[in-house]
Amino acid sequence: MVGRYLARGGVALVAVAMLAACGGGGGGGDDGGGGSTDKDAFSGRGPVTYATGKDTSGNQQNQVDAWNKSHPDEKVRIVELPESADAQRQQMVQNAQTKSKEYGILSLDVVWTAEFAANRWVLPIPKDEVDTEAFLKPTITSATYRGNMYAVPNFSDGALLYYRSDLLKKAKVAEPPKTWDEMKAACDKVLALPEGKGMSCYAGQFDKYEGLTCNFSEAINSAGGAVLDDSGKPDVNTPEAKAGLDFLVNGIKSKEFPKASVTYQEEPSRRAFQSGDLVFMRNWPYANALMNKESASKVKGGKFAMAPIPGQDGPGVSTLGGHNLAVSAFAENKATALDFITFLTSEERQRANLVATSQAPTRSGLYDDPALVKKFPHLPTLKESIETAKPRPQAVKYGDVTVALQEAAYGAMNGEKTSDQALKDLQAELEKLITE
Amino acid sequence: MAVAAGAVRKAGKRPKNREEGAGRLAAILVSPTMAVLGLVVLYPIISALYTSLYREGEGLDAQGFVIEGDQFVGLGNYAAMFAGAGADRFVNALYNTTFFTVTTVLFETFIGVAMALVMHRAFRGRGILRASILVPWAIPTAVSALLWKWIFQPDGAANALLRTEILWTTEGWQAKVAIILADTWKTAPFIGLLVLAGLQTIPGEVYEAAKVDGASGWTQLFRITLPLAKPALLVAVLFRLLDSLRMFDLPYVLIGPRKDSVEVLSMLAFDEANQTRYGPAAAYATILFLYVAVIAFLFVRLLGADVIGAAKSQRKKTPRAKAPTATTATGGAAS
Repeated sequence: MVGRYLARGGVALVAVAMLAACGGGGGGGDDGGGGSTDKDAFSGRGPVTYATGKDTSGNQQNQVDAWNKSHPDEKVRIVELPESADAQRQQMVQNAQTKSKEYGILSLDVVWTAEFAANRWVLPIPKDEVDTEAFLKPTITSATYRGNMYAVPNFSDGALLYYRSDLLKKAKVAEPPKTWDEMKAACDKVLALPEGKGMSCYAGQFDKYEGLTCNFSEAINSAGGAVLDDSGKPDVNTPEAKAGLDFLVNGIKSKEFPKASVTYQEEPSRRAFQSGDLVFMRNWPYANALMNKESASKVKGGKFAMAPIPGQDGPGVSTLGGHNLAVSAFAENKATALDFITFLTSEERQRANLVATSQAPTRSGLYDDPALVKKFPHLPTLKESIETAKPRPQAVKYGDVTVALQEAAYGAMNGEKTSDQALKDLQAELEKLITE
Repeated sequence: MAVAAGAVRKAGKRPKNREEGAGRLAAILVSPTMAVLGLVVLYPIISALYTSLYREGEGLDAQGFVIEGDQFVGLGNYAAMFAGAGADRFVNALYNTTFFTVTTVLFETFIGVAMALVMHRAFRGRGILRASILVPWAIPTAVSALLWKWIFQPDGAANALLRTEILWTTEGWQAKVAIILADTWKTAPFIGLLVLAGLQTIPGEVYEAAKVDGASGWTQLFRITLPLAKPALLVAVLFRLLDSLRMFDLPYVLIGPRKDSVEVLSMLAFDEANQTRYGPAAAYATILFLYVAVIAFLFVRLLGADVIGAAKSQRKKTPRAKAPTATTATGGAAS
C-alpha cells in the first residue's frame, strides 16, 4: 500500500531526483592532452562547432561567415548557449563530463580557465601558436593556468567610472576624481546644487551575485590589497582589504550610495544613473552605448563621460572581464578548431568586431589606432582600465570562491557582520578552498 | 480487472484455471506500463540514491590537475549535511522549506475556498471571472517570478503603493513575505478550481432540504458544503503541499540564489550540482524526496485524502456515496 502511494506521489518528485541523477556517471577516464603543450594533440580537419553564449551583439555569425567563406571544407557552426554565464558554464561542464563531441570551441568566461584546465576539459594551446606580446597582458594571464595557456583571449572588459560631466562642470569640479575622497568631495559639491537634490553619490553592482564579486575585489585591489597574494595564497585579512570593504560598507551606512544599491545588478544601476539618480556609477563599457541610445535616458547628449575608476590613494584597479577561446578536449577536428581560434583573435577580425559591436578587443595595438580612437573616444580610458585590471582569483573551485566573497561583502554591507569579522571569516573560508 | 474476475466466478466453471489465465493476461497487458513506470520513476530514484553515496574527486595532483574518479563515502554525504560545515545551511534550508509550505498552503487554502464559493454562485459574467482567476495559474512560475521581481524592485509597484522603500529582494523577513505573496497569488486559483469542481457535484436538493429545515447560510457552509467538498479540497491541498515542498524557481528568480532568507532544499541540491558535486547534491535531493514522501504519506493516512481512487474499490464493499470528483480531479491535476 505504501508503495502505491509513494509511486503515485513519486511521479511528481522524479524531477527532483533527476536533478541529482543526471551527470552522476562522470569521473574516470584517461584522455590525453593534459600537461604537454605540443601540437600533436591538435589533429584532424573538418567541420567544427563553436559554443558561445547568446550573441547579443549580432556579429558572431558575420565573423564565422568570414571564416567559412575561405574554408569551405572546414566550416564552423555556432552553437548558441543561454545568455546567463552560469547556464553557459553548466552546459559546457555537462558536455565535458559526458565527453561529448558536440562542442568543439568553447568561449570561456575569464574566471573559468582554472576549472576547465584542471579538469582537463580543454587542451593547452601550443606556445608558438599565439604571439602573446600583441595582447594586453592581463588578458593573457586570465587564459593561463599554472604556466600553460589554455585559451586565447577573444574580447575583454574593464570597469569604468561613469560620471555626470554636466553637473561636475556646474559644480566647478575640473576633472573626474581619481580617489574615493575626491569622489566624495565632488559629490558634496554636486549635491549642494539645486540640480543635485535627491541624487545619490555613487553606486556599483551590489546585489549578491557575480557582480558583487567584481565590485568587492575591485575595492580591495583599489585600496592596495589583494584577494590572493603573489604566490596565490588568500590574503584578505589585511588593513588594505579592510579599507576596500569599508569603502563599500561606509558608503551604504552614510547613504552616499542609494539604499536600493544592494539590489543593483548591471541594468538596475544603469537605469538609476540614466534617470538622473546618481552622480557616479561603476559599470562595464556596454552601458555607454545604451545610455546614449535609449529614449528613457535623461543623460544622453553629452551629459555624462567616462573615466578610470577611482581608488584609495590614486586610480583604482578594475576587475577583468571578458571571454577566451579554448579547444574542448573531446572535440573532433581539433586542428581546425585551433586555426579558427587564431583567425578569430587576429587583428583583422578583432578590428571588425570592435567596429561592429564596440566590444573591447584583447590586442593592444587596436587601442592605439588613431582611426579607431576617433570613432571610440573612450578607447584610451578602456585600455588603461584593462591594462591595470586584475583578474578575479584563479581557482579550480571558483564557484565556491566567488560565493565566499559575496557572502563576506554582502554580510558586511547589510550590517550583519563587522568588516573585520567578515574578512576574518573570508580568509578562513578561502584558505579551505584554495590551499587544497 | 475486478469486474472480470467477478464475472468469471459467476460463470463457475473451472474457476481456478481461468482466473489464473486472466491473471497472466492482465500481467502481460500491464507490464509495458510497469516497465515505463520503472524506468521513469524507479530508475532516477535508485540512481540518485546510488550517486548520493559517492563524492567526486576534488584534490589536485602536483601538476594542478583534478584527481579523477568518484570516491565511495557511504553515508558521508548525509553525515556532512547534518553535522558538517554545511549543517547550518541545511537546517536553514529545511526550516525555510517547511515555513514556506505551511504558510503558503494555509493562505492558499483559505483564499482558494473563498474563490470557489464565489465562483460557484450563479451571476452574470461568471465565465469571465472563472477564466480570469485561472490566469495566474496559467503563467509559468519563472515568468510570474520575474513579474513579481519587477513589482518588488526598489522603485517598483509594491513600494509605490505602500509609499515606503522596502528592499524586498535583500535578506530578511521582507524576502519571505514576497515569496509567500507571489506563491499565494499564483496557486490559490488552483485550489479554488479543484474545490469548485467538488462544489459542483453537490446536488441542489440538499440545499433545498436544508432551507426547508431552516438552516442558516453558515450552517449550510459548515454542515453541507465543506464536508461534501472535502475530498476535492484534500486532494488540492495535498498537491499544493507536494508542490511547495519542491519549490524552486520562485525564490531562485524572485530573490536570487544563495540568499539565506529564502534558500530551500531544492535550491541547495541545485547549487551543489552546479558546482559539479553530484554526490552531495543527490544526498540533498534524496532527503527532500524522503521529506516529501513522508508528508504525503502522513497526509493521506491522517486526513484520508483520496488521491489514488481508493474510494472506488471501497465502494465495492460498502456502498457509500463518496464523490467521484476526487479521481477526476487527480487526473486533471496530473496533466
